Amino acid sequence: MNKVIALFAGIVFGFGLGVGGMLDPAKVVNFLDLAGHWDPTLLFVMGGAVVVTLPAFWLAKRARRPLLTNVFRLPRRHDINWRLLTGAALFGVGWGLAGLCPGPAVAALASLQAPVLGFLAAMVVGQWLADRAGADSH
Amino acid sequence: MTAFTPWEGLAGGVMIGIAVIIWLALYGRVTGISGIVGGAFWHHQRSERSWRWFYLAGLVAGAGVYLRVRGALAGTYFLIDLQVGWWQMAVAGLLVGFGTRMSHGCTSGHGVCGLARLSSRSLVATVTFMLFGFATVFVLRHVVGAV
Repeated sequence: MNKVIALFAGIVFGFGLGVGGMLDPAKVVNFLDLAGHWDPTLLFVMGGAVVVTLPAFWLAKRARRPLLTNVFRLPRRHDINWRLLTGAALFGVGWGLAGLCPGPAVAALASLQAPVLGFLAAMVVGQWLADRAGADSH
Repeated sequence: MTAFTPWEGLAGGVMIGIAVIIWLALYGRVTGISGIVGGAFWHHQRSERSWRWFYLAGLVAGAGVYLRVRGALAGTYFLIDLQVGWWQMAVAGLLVGFGTRMSHGCTSGHGVCGLARLSSRSLVATVTFMLFGFATVFVLRHVVGAV
């Protein structure tokens, strides 16, 4: 994977998060606040992304190979088990608590607000703990 | 209260989608930020760790450009509105890290790429984390009144 291309893709993603308002945890928590001042913007962000990528994934299934490497490396798991459900549930709770998920949290480092670093450090530790516990059953 | 911004939301979503398409077309991979962060730290192969750091740097740079441009236009540096203090950020981070690792994905991996791939596994994951997100905010804001 070319590092410059990775940097560029990350820049597009990060800028998109900004334009979409997803750098602001308040907008995320307000999306999750159905009983309060509901802000549906997140739905539009996700919707915009899915609509654009749907045809791309459709094409990818029919393509022989990607442009710069030999094979597609798409997720192949289809199973729905308690690990998926429990992991998603835990993620949802953390997301609702801080209004941050991995992408926006990393991008939010650009705001130079120190507590973001605390979230990220804890996130990396959480990932390590999950690996240690064999939580993902890989 | 935050303003509902559908057009900016759509535009941002399309940009995120373009980033996903670039990565898919060139390298045949989905874009799941939890996997990119996790791999940056914990992948056993150095070659798999190093590009990830560049992607993450790009995330920060892209967001930084946005915040600066917006700040310049507004006349004041735009601060993001953090919802909770340090220890809640730490607890939230732990849950997000553990949970995304356990379920192999997050809002970009399952919510965008998984749904766009018509993956039922990702649909279940997405619905689940959404429901628990809704429930958490409901309890914190309307039951406990903590935030």
